[in-house]
Amino acid sequence: MSVSVQLHHEEDLISKTGMWLFLLTEMLLFGGLFVVYSVYRYINTDAFHLAASELSVVTGTINTAILLISSSTIAMSITALQKNNKKLSLILLGITILLGLAFLVNKYFEWGHHIKEGIYPGSQILAMRGQGDVLFYGLYFFMTGLHALHIIVGLAFIIIIGSFILKGKVNSGNYVLLENSGLYWHLVDLIWIFLFPLFYLIT
Amino acid sequence: MESEKNHIVPYRTFLIVLAILIVLTLVSVFVTNIYLGALTVFIALLIATIKSTFVLRVFMHLKFDNKMFTVLVAGVAILLALVIIITLSDYIFR
Repeated sequence: MSVSVQLHHEEDLISKTGMWLFLLTEMLLFGGLFVVYSVYRYINTDAFHLAASELSVVTGTINTAILLISSSTIAMSITALQKNNKKLSLILLGITILLGLAFLVNKYFEWGHHIKEGIYPGSQILAMRGQGDVLFYGLYFFMTGLHALHIIVGLAFIIIIGSFILKGKVNSGNYVLLENSGLYWHLVDLIWIFLFPLFYLIT
Repeated sequence: MESEKNHIVPYRTFLIVLAILIVLTLVSVFVTNIYLGALTVFIALLIATIKSTFVLRVFMHLKFDNKMFTVLVAGVAILLALVIIITLSDYIFR
């Protein structure tokens, strides 16, 4: 018995290690983009300053709160499953999914607003506003777009794990997959914690 | 070893951390509205770093998990910080 418990423990550790290694590459991916952002911001200080003040701080703050709350609900979902409360665990995952969708809806309206004003990568109006604005909005659309893509992947991951919990494949004795989907979701939150001040606040 | 594996974080801990994170977000919005210049960037990034430490340590269980993960994440964080500092100092002192 103790041997099988130990084997199980090691399997979980290996699974989690794999997830963390993947998350580290994600951090480097976004880290590289943050380097690009810092250099362009340094070269085009005034343009970045003005362009950033056009973003809605209120929408950005709401989206930050949404992601933070969703991070806490998926973390609590793990606690619920550990305590063998399958129903609460699934409810908390459901809330996480709804919050993730709410984030995307906000993003949709935000992007829609910019695009309606003719501000999108490659637009004539943006090109006329100068190099700094082109760089700022290019990075804005690329980085928030890549982040939104991660939200979609995270949601798919959570839905799959939710179905595993429903079937009993992921349960109070074997929940490393739920932990891994949680880790991915928290990473998405982590990246947003840096995107938010860089694009919305530092004006 | 078993205690490390089966560590159950109480709901309360997550709710407290959530409250701290929301407050820090509002503080960063408030502060960046007042100050101008280089200090704003510094404060905003400082608060973001504090927030991410909470997310990593509590939400992502680094505080309770195998310390190897903490070392790995810290390594990547230091690497990124160094790359940004070296690249920027190249541009600033060129």
